[in-house]
Amino acid sequence: MGESGYLAAFIAVAAIATFATRVIPFLFFERHTEHPLVRHLGRYLPAAVMALLATVFLQRSADWSGSWMGFDALLPGALVVIVHLWRRNALLSIAAGTISYMAIQQAGL
Amino acid sequence: MNQSVFRLTLPILFGYLPLGMAFGVLFATQLDYAWWAAPLMGLVIYAGAGQILAVSLLAVNAGLLEVFIAMFVLNARHLFYGLSLLGQFKGAGWRKLYLIFGLTDETYSLLTSRPRGSDRAHEQEVDFRITGFNQCYWVAGCATGALLGENVAFDSTGIEFALVALFIVLTLEQFKSLGEGFPIWLGAAAAGVAMLVLPPAHQLIGAIALVTAVLLLEYRKHRRQTLHRESSHG
Repeated sequence: MGESGYLAAFIAVAAIATFATRVIPFLFFERHTEHPLVRHLGRYLPAAVMALLATVFLQRSADWSGSWMGFDALLPGALVVIVHLWRRNALLSIAAGTISYMAIQQAGL
Repeated sequence: MNQSVFRLTLPILFGYLPLGMAFGVLFATQLDYAWWAAPLMGLVIYAGAGQILAVSLLAVNAGLLEVFIAMFVLNARHLFYGLSLLGQFKGAGWRKLYLIFGLTDETYSLLTSRPRGSDRAHEQEVDFRITGFNQCYWVAGCATGALLGENVAFDSTGIEFALVALFIVLTLEQFKSLGEGFPIWLGAAAAGVAMLVLPPAHQLIGAIALVTAVLLLEYRKHRRQTLHRESSHG
């Protein structure tokens, strides 16, 4: 499979997976919206998945062996939390974290 | 009608243009594919966090099964959006398919919070145009960002942290609307366990499986307690 073949397959799979999450309730759940298991998962799963993704990708952006010992990513991560709790503006929080992380990486300390 | 729809969707325009551009810049600076694949993804996938995650999956040439699972689980919250719109979309005919396809976080919050009249067909037409306007903003943002990223030379080292920052923000928003810390700690702990015992390629799927298993056990425990209480109260 060539580069562009992989990209086409990738986009198709990602599109199908995304559409599936949006269409499944209309296909199967029409009679089960009140089922306690559906409500239980609806309540807890999204938050758990977001925390999981944040943790995995935060760990991967950090340099654990260098002189920063992980703080090259932990500090920008903490900045995102602080700015978001302060102003609750998603774009501002993301910009603050990303710019500070870029500055640390590019300074090459 | 288009004018009032534009006014309604204006806040989304201000959110989607910069976020779409962030995705486009990320796409063009991290990957070697043609720039127009970025707006193409906005057109056929149409998911903010999903597309940004897709950049990091493309960068490591992730297997298609992993792509499917990662995208499905990341967007799993959409499963629960549809549940509350089953009635609202009923009888929308050919428009229904696009209304469902375009059900992003922002479109969902707009469709469920805007005032509605009693003319059902008219309101569904407004919903339809809102969805279409929003996707136009998103695709325009993706295209602009990708063109910028490809043509403006700047040191983009570290820009991929935008993904981490986005996930942190979404976690905080989930925590605020839930008012409970339990699922947050569960997700973080599952990620920690997966990172300790699994190789990087399987960590995401492993952590997702662990979270789902714990939630199901929790559900069974809850259920048994409720049933027990009900039976003892006769």
